[in-house]
Amino acid sequence: MSVLLDDETRVVVQGITGGEGKFHTEQMLAYGTNIVAGAVPGKGGQTVAGTPVYDTVDEAVDAEKADASIVFVPPAFAADAIFEAVDTSLDLVVAITEGIPTQDMAQVYKRLSEVETRLIGPNCPGIITPGEAKLGILPGNIFEPGCVGLVSRSGTLTYQVVSNLTDRNLGQTTAIGIGGDPIIGTSFIDTLRLFESDPATNAVVLCGEIGGEDEEAAARVIKNEMDTPVAGFIAGRTAPPGKRMGHAGAIVSGSGTGTAQSKIDALNRAGVPIGRTPAEVASHIEELL
Amino acid sequence: MRLHEYQAKQIFAESGIPTPESRVVTDTDEAVHAIQEVGYPAVIKAQVHVGGRGKAGGIKFATNHSDLRTTVTDILGMDIKGYTVEEVLIEAGVEVDTEMYVGITMDRSAGEPTMMVSTEGGVDIEAVADDTPKLIAKEHIDPAFGIYPYQTRKVAYKAGIPSDTVSDVSSVLLTLYTLYTEYDATDIEINPLMITESRDIVAADAVMNIDDDALFRQSELAAHEHQVAGDPLEAKADEYGFDYVRLDGNVGIIGNGAGLVMATLDLVDHYDGKPANFLDIGGGAKAERVANALDIVCADKNVDAIVFNIFGGITRGDEVAQGINDALSRVNTISKDIVVRLAGTNAQEGMEVLNTDIVSVESTLEAAVAQAVANAAEASQ
Repeated sequence: MSVLLDDETRVVVQGITGGEGKFHTEQMLAYGTNIVAGAVPGKGGQTVAGTPVYDTVDEAVDAEKADASIVFVPPAFAADAIFEAVDTSLDLVVAITEGIPTQDMAQVYKRLSEVETRLIGPNCPGIITPGEAKLGILPGNIFEPGCVGLVSRSGTLTYQVVSNLTDRNLGQTTAIGIGGDPIIGTSFIDTLRLFESDPATNAVVLCGEIGGEDEEAAARVIKNEMDTPVAGFIAGRTAPPGKRMGHAGAIVSGSGTGTAQSKIDALNRAGVPIGRTPAEVASHIEELL
Repeated sequence: MRLHEYQAKQIFAESGIPTPESRVVTDTDEAVHAIQEVGYPAVIKAQVHVGGRGKAGGIKFATNHSDLRTTVTDILGMDIKGYTVEEVLIEAGVEVDTEMYVGITMDRSAGEPTMMVSTEGGVDIEAVADDTPKLIAKEHIDPAFGIYPYQTRKVAYKAGIPSDTVSDVSSVLLTLYTLYTEYDATDIEINPLMITESRDIVAADAVMNIDDDALFRQSELAAHEHQVAGDPLEAKADEYGFDYVRLDGNVGIIGNGAGLVMATLDLVDHYDGKPANFLDIGGGAKAERVANALDIVCADKNVDAIVFNIFGGITRGDEVAQGINDALSRVNTISKDIVVRLAGTNAQEGMEVLNTDIVSVESTLEAAVAQAVANAAEASQ
């Protein structure tokens, strides 16, 4: 079992002819992802890594029955690409693109509230169900199938925590990078509820960071709705206020909201142990299982 | 990117929001010349890309030439949160009856812009938001439909501003939202928006923060960006396209991915070290980029030791190792201890390439950070 993605998911790659799109399509295919089509305006009829390319997502879905997409489109055109996928009524859209203007994402977010399509990202490493499929840029070799769900706002920090888990034979059901932007399609709360309803997930790791109040909201859901135990890590304890720490969303406001301490306190109150180091997160999960 | 007050005011004025008479000057002679058109009493304001300049002494008043010369001399060259003041705004003083706050910002949890009005203008609005949030009236704006005039009246009445000013405040809010979308602002605010004794409305301050990710389609505003002075190393890192934040410790930190770099900083602190910086080389960095990153951190005189932490997904360990070797051969004498930790894609190949005569290697994040902290402690003795 897993959430959102398995080896049956039929994927169209938007931006498949670009450098990143091509490289990661090959990587995803090698991992076992069921990629059925590419979509790039003006490139219909081409083939990339053995995959047929169509001019529009609509054509790709018609011809190949795709039900998910992954977006490798440059920031200036990415919101348009996401709209295209959403308006084609795909079940799942994963946007890898970093640097999409926030006001574009506000428009996308509004549309998402009116439809069933789930967006993951943008500015995220994607999603992986170990042993079955990956939709994103995560290095497949560090993951192992198992019973731990993982959700994170960061990419490489996810890899770090996953390698700590895998080192101790704590495999994963599904790992989801939700992205480091201020406005994202899928929140901690959404993924926590998915893991709670997945019988194969016996524990969940939540990797948060400074900025916003999503971790605090997650703490409320963990306390009120979840039986599955959760352990966490919060990055940015030493970040100074007012400075954007890489991710557009990772900023402690001048008035002190979005601090690591506020998130750690909220999660602790919900019974979530927070690792001081990534390795300690794996120890907490070991104890919770 | 934060615009200077005078840049934002120019945009406001062109859109019909009244602003006081003002001139930007860079020395006292220009100030004396400017005052002929602005007149006394005048307000002298530091133009810097950060908030909180009032508390830092960057806003003063002048009623005569002698005042003017003294205050302009005092403020020019002043350091405000790491920014050197190079320009001051000489602005006509306003006969104030009432001050209020108006602004629009992105409510990230709702995914919608929110407009805010408060009668508590002219003070630290963030403190008001924390201590007495009820004093700020708020109204969400649907990004798909845009703003409706009734919403501006609703929020103005809710805030309890004088009723004879509601119509003026409403039109200011409508204009602000137009500017917010047109210029890809993340925040736009007037604090204070003043009602004069003759019941006119005047924007006495102007804040516009522009979404860095939208600068590709805001080419006029992007042209202002090179004027950001700030810290010289931060400016250099910006040139190279790194996410870099300078801090006050002595352990230099380079890594890939914002979350992992933040976690590395936290781990330095956990082992009782002090981080000197945040530097994210980004995804898929090639050797030259790695070498540039090392140059920046080595140029920081406070740095006593460096930890290089790479977890490769799309970044390849052998590319990183080559970059480290290149940087070391470019600089003849590296007097700082460097600890490298490579994991993920091609980490093993990277370890084999690394010149371990000069750098030391650790296999875990914890061991690498602990070693770097110990090196820094030893070097600073």
